[in-house]
Amino acid sequence: MDFLQPSSWDEALASRAERPDALPIAGGTDVMVELNFDRRRPGALLDLSRVDELRAWSVEDGAVRLGAGVPYARVITELADRLPGLAMAARTVGSPQIRVRGTVGGNLGSASPAGDAHPPLLAAGAEVEVASAARGTRRIPVAEFFTGVKRNALEPDELIAAVHVRTARGPQQFCKVGTRNAMVISVSAFALALHPDRQAVGTGIGSAAPTPRRAPEAEEFLAGELDWAGRAALPESLARAFGERVAAAASPIDDVRGTAAYRRHSLAVLARRAATWAWDDLRRAA
Amino acid sequence: MTTTQTGVRTTGRIGDSAQRPDGTLKVTGEFAYASDLWHDDMVWGVTLRSPHPHARIRRIDVTEALTVPGVSAVLTADDVPGENAYGLEHADQPVLAAEFVRYEGEPVALVAADHPETARRAAARIRVHYEVLPALTDPRRALDDDAPQVHPGGNLVRHLRLRRGDPEPTAPVVVSIDFEVGMQDQAFLGPESGLAVPAEDGGVDLYVATQWLHVDQRQICLALGMPPEKVRLTLAGVGGAFGGREDLSVHVHACLLALRTGRPVKMSYGREESFYGHVHRHPATMTYEFGAERDGTLVYAKARTLLDGGAYASSTAAVVGNAGLLGLGPYRIPSVAVDAYGVFTHNPPCGAMRGFGCVQAAFAHEALMDELAAAVGVSPVEIRQRNGFVEGDRTVTGQVIDSAAPVAELLQRVADLPLPSALPERPDLLDLPGAVGNTTHGEGVHRGVGYAVTYKNIGFSEGFDDYSTARVRLQVVAGEAVATVHTAAAEVGQGLVTVQQQIARTELGVERVVVVPADTAVGSAGSTSASRQTYVTGGAVKAACEAVRTAVLQRAAVALGRPVAGLALDGDKVVGPSGEVLAGLGEVLGDDAVEETVEWRHRPTHAVDPETGQGDAHVQFAFSAHRAVVDVDTELGLVKVVALDTAQDVGRAINPDAVVGQIHGGSAQGMGLALMEEVVVTDGHVRNPSFTDYLLPTILDMPPMRVEVLEYADPHAPYGVRGVGEPPTISSGPAVAAAVRAACAKPLRRVPIRPEHITGT
Ligand SMILES: Cc1cc2nc3c(=O)[nH]c(=O)nc-3n(C[C@H](O)[C@H](O)[C@H](O)COP(=O)(O)OP(=O)(O)OC[C@H]3O[C@@H](n4cnc5c(N)ncnc54)[C@H](O)[C@@H]3O)c2cc1C
Repeated sequence: MDFLQPSSWDEALASRAERPDALPIAGGTDVMVELNFDRRRPGALLDLSRVDELRAWSVEDGAVRLGAGVPYARVITELADRLPGLAMAARTVGSPQIRVRGTVGGNLGSASPAGDAHPPLLAAGAEVEVASAARGTRRIPVAEFFTGVKRNALEPDELIAAVHVRTARGPQQFCKVGTRNAMVISVSAFALALHPDRQAVGTGIGSAAPTPRRAPEAEEFLAGELDWAGRAALPESLARAFGERVAAAASPIDDVRGTAAYRRHSLAVLARRAATWAWDDLRRAA
Repeated sequence: MTTTQTGVRTTGRIGDSAQRPDGTLKVTGEFAYASDLWHDDMVWGVTLRSPHPHARIRRIDVTEALTVPGVSAVLTADDVPGENAYGLEHADQPVLAAEFVRYEGEPVALVAADHPETARRAAARIRVHYEVLPALTDPRRALDDDAPQVHPGGNLVRHLRLRRGDPEPTAPVVVSIDFEVGMQDQAFLGPESGLAVPAEDGGVDLYVATQWLHVDQRQICLALGMPPEKVRLTLAGVGGAFGGREDLSVHVHACLLALRTGRPVKMSYGREESFYGHVHRHPATMTYEFGAERDGTLVYAKARTLLDGGAYASSTAAVVGNAGLLGLGPYRIPSVAVDAYGVFTHNPPCGAMRGFGCVQAAFAHEALMDELAAAVGVSPVEIRQRNGFVEGDRTVTGQVIDSAAPVAELLQRVADLPLPSALPERPDLLDLPGAVGNTTHGEGVHRGVGYAVTYKNIGFSEGFDDYSTARVRLQVVAGEAVATVHTAAAEVGQGLVTVQQQIARTELGVERVVVVPADTAVGSAGSTSASRQTYVTGGAVKAACEAVRTAVLQRAAVALGRPVAGLALDGDKVVGPSGEVLAGLGEVLGDDAVEETVEWRHRPTHAVDPETGQGDAHVQFAFSAHRAVVDVDTELGLVKVVALDTAQDVGRAINPDAVVGQIHGGSAQGMGLALMEEVVVTDGHVRNPSFTDYLLPTILDMPPMRVEVLEYADPHAPYGVRGVGEPPTISSGPAVAAAVRAACAKPLRRVPIRPEHITGT
C-alpha cells in the first residue's frame, strides 16, 4: 500500500485525481478500523493531516467555514459559541482520544447514518464545500450530501474542503441516546436549531433512517405554531405534537443496538424536550 | 530533585497493602502480555472457523492455501496426531472439527505463515464444503424429543435435583417469578495468545496466557499423543481471565503448527476472534417460587433453571451444580425443590465466568425476595435479614455453615451508609442518565434504591480433589537472605504474586522474595478460579514456608547447640525467645539452600446425593451485600448508577488494596450484566463480536464505591482468608436491577435491562 502525504490543498487534489485507488485519511478513526477489519484494501492512503488549509476555520458572511480537518476537540473549545449544536454533538463523540483525532470532514466522508456531526449540520442548513483538480469547487447542501447508507455525493476525484455553517442566530440543541453514558454509537439522535431571524426551525435526525435526514414537515409545523412575536411559553401539547412529527419522519430499523419502535419513541421524546429547552432559552434571551 | 516519602513504610507482610511488582509496568504499558511474546524466526498461526452453527463437513481442500507464498503449514483434523478431543470435564470438543461443526466460530483448519496477514489470506483460500444442517438454537427446545441432537447421547449435560424437607409444602404467602439472563462475556482486555516452541527432544514448550497450566497440559498431551515431560507450559503475561481462559484456545493449535513446521509459532487473537475463541457465561431462564409465613419467614422454595451450555460441555455440569446447590441465595429455607438443567445447543459454548452459576440465580432469587418483601409489607433489607443465614445454619443441601455467615450485618452495613444527595435543581449533564448525550435536564428522572445479598462457594466443590503445590527455597545470596517461591498458579491480574511474596515474608521473616514464573516444572496449583488461589495456593506457600523454616531452625539448633523450640527467623537472623539475635542466616546456611515442596489440600468436600442434592458439597462460603442507587430516565429508559456500595466478609485481608480492587472490579462486572453487557446471539450467530456493540461500563457508568470490608476469620482456612473475587460480581447486578425496578415501578424480568424494557417499546 502506498502512502501519499501532500502538504498543500492543490497537491492533495492532484493526488486525488491521479490515484483513484487512494483512500483519503484524516484522523483515521474510521479508516483504521476499516483496514483492521480488512473491509477495505485501498491501493494507497492519501493522508490529509499535513494540509494546513483543512485544519483552519474562519467566518465569512455570517457563516463559519469549518475546514474538513478540524478535529472535534477544537470544535468544542473554539466554536461552542458560534456553532453550539455542532459543539454539543462533538462533545458526545467517542472518547477524548477520538475527539482529538476525529474530524467533521471524516464524519461526512464516512456518511454513516449514526455520524453525530450530521444532525446539527442538517438543522443549521449547512453546505458542504467539495473540490476537484479538474472542476474546482462546488457546494452541496448537506441534506443532499447523504445519498445512501454510508454513501455521499462526492465524485471519485473530489475531496471535502470545508463545511459552511451559518453562525447560530438562536438556540440550538443536540441530543443523543446510547445505552451507556459515554463512548457509544447513537441509537438515535436529534438536533434542533431555532432561527428566530427567519422564524424558522431546523431539524436533524440520526441513526433512524438509511441516512441522516431532516424532518421537514415537523419543522414547518413548529415554525408555524410558535409564538415568535409574543414568545409565549411553549404548550406541552405543541411540544408533543412536534415530537410525534419528528418520529414520523424517521424510518428506523431493528438492529443489535435498538429496536425501530424504541428509536421512534426516543426521537419523539428527544424532539419534545429539545424544543422545550430551545424555546425556553429563546424566551430567556429576550 | 528530592522526593518525600509519605505514609508508613510497608512491611510487605500479610495484612499490608504491599505494592505489586507488575503494577508500574502495567500502568506504564510496559508489562509483557502474552500478545507481546516474540521469538526470532517465529511464524504466525491463524485459525479458520466455521461460519455455520451446524453443518457437516463434506470435504476440505487446502491446495490453494498451500500455494500462497510464505505459508509453511495448513492443518486440518487429519493432522491431529493424538485424540482429536479436549474438554475440562468431558473431552467432547474436537481440536479441529472433523465431521461436524456445532457452533459458529468452531475451529476447522490452521495455517502457519511468515506473516499473520499472509496466514489470514491463505486461510481464506481453504475450501471447506459444508452441508448446512438445521441448528438447535433455542435451549428451551433442547430436551424435546424432536430436537436436533448436538451430540449422540442427547442434549442434556446435567440435571441437578435438589430436594429437602416437605415434598408438598404450603404457605400462606406465595410469590413467583420468571427471569431471564443474557449471555455475558468475560471481556478480558488481553485476547488469547501463545507461543509454541518446538524442542530438541521432539517435544514442545508452550508459553500461554491461561488459568490452569496443568489441566491445559493434560489436554494438550492427549491431543498431541505425547507424555507430559514433552509438553512443558510456562505462563505468559495474562491480561485478565474471569473464567474465559479455563478452556483451551490457541494451546493445541500452536503446538500442532510448531511441531509440523519445526519453527516457533505465535498465535494471537484479535477482539473479534476472541469473542468466538472462548466460552461465555451461560444464558439462563429461571422459574422461581417462594412460600412464606405472613411475617416473611421462608417456608419453601421451588426453582427450575435452564442453562444454555452451547455446543460443548466445557464446565456446564459444574455451573449447573452451583446454580442448583447455591441458587436459592443465602437464606434458611426448610423445604426446597430445585431442578437445574444444562443443555447442549448449537449456540456458542458456555462455561466458566466469575460467579459461576450463582450470578444468574441471584438475579432471580433477589428479585423474588423483593416481591416477597412487598407482599408481606416489610422492607427489602428486613426480609433478607429475617431469612439470612447465621453461622451454624444448615444450607439447602444440609451442610452446616461452620464459620461466619454475617448476612444480616452485611445488609445493615450497606443500609446504614449515607445515601447520595438528591439531584440539584440544575444538575450537571455528567450526573444525569445519558450524560453529555444531553437527553434530559432532569425530566423523567426517578431515583431508585435496591439491595441484594449473596453467598458463593470458594474453591472446588462436590468432592473434587482440590489442591495446590508450592516449592519454596531459602538461601543466602551475596550476604542477603532470599526466598524463592515456585508454583504453577496463574497470576491473571488479581495480585497472586504479591500475595505469595507477602506470605513468604511473613513466614520466613525475609525481605526479598522472588516469585519465579509459573510453569509445569512444579506440581499443579489448581485453577485460578472459584476465588480459590489465595486460599489454596496461599495455603500451599504457607505450608512450604513452614517446612523450610522448620528445616532451617533445626540446622540452627544443631549449629548453636540449643533446643529448636524458641528459635525463630527474623530478617536475615535466627533469633531466640526474646528476639535476641543468635546467628546470621548466612552463618547457619552457608552456601546451602533449603528447599521444600508441599502439596496442600483444603478440607475435603463431598459429592451430593444424586436424588436429593444433599451433602457437604462445599469447603467455604463467602458473603457480600450491595446497595445500588440509580437515576432512571423512565421516558427514555436510560440509567445512571449514582451509588453502588457494598459490604463483604473477606475473612482476612491479606492485601487490603488488592481486596478492594477485586471488589471494585467485580461490582462493575455485575453491574455491566445488569445494564449493558450481552453477547447477542440470533439463530446461532453472534451479532456483536466487538467492543463497539458489546458494551462494557465506562468511568461514567461506574460510580465511586463505598466498600466495607469485614474480617471474620474462617478458623479452617489459612490465616482465616475467605475468597474475595466472585461475591461482588454476584450481588452487585441484582442490586442494580432492583434499584432500576424501584425507580420505574416495572417488573423488569430480564437482564441486561435495555431501554426498550423500561419504555415498553
Ligand atoms: C472508538 C471510536 C468511537 C467513535 N465514536 C463515534 C461517535 O460517538 N460518533 C461518531 O459520529 N463517530 C464516532 N466514531 C467514528 C469516527 O470517529 C468519526 O466518524 C470521525 O468523524 C471520523 O473522522 P476522521 O477524521 O477520523 O476520519 P477518517 O477515518 O480519516 O476518514 C473517514 C472517511 O472520510 C474520508 N475522508 C476523510 N477526510 C476527507 C476529506 N477531506 N475529503 C474526502 N474524504 C475524506 C475517508 O476517506 C474515510 O472514508 C468513533 C470511532 C471510534 C474508533
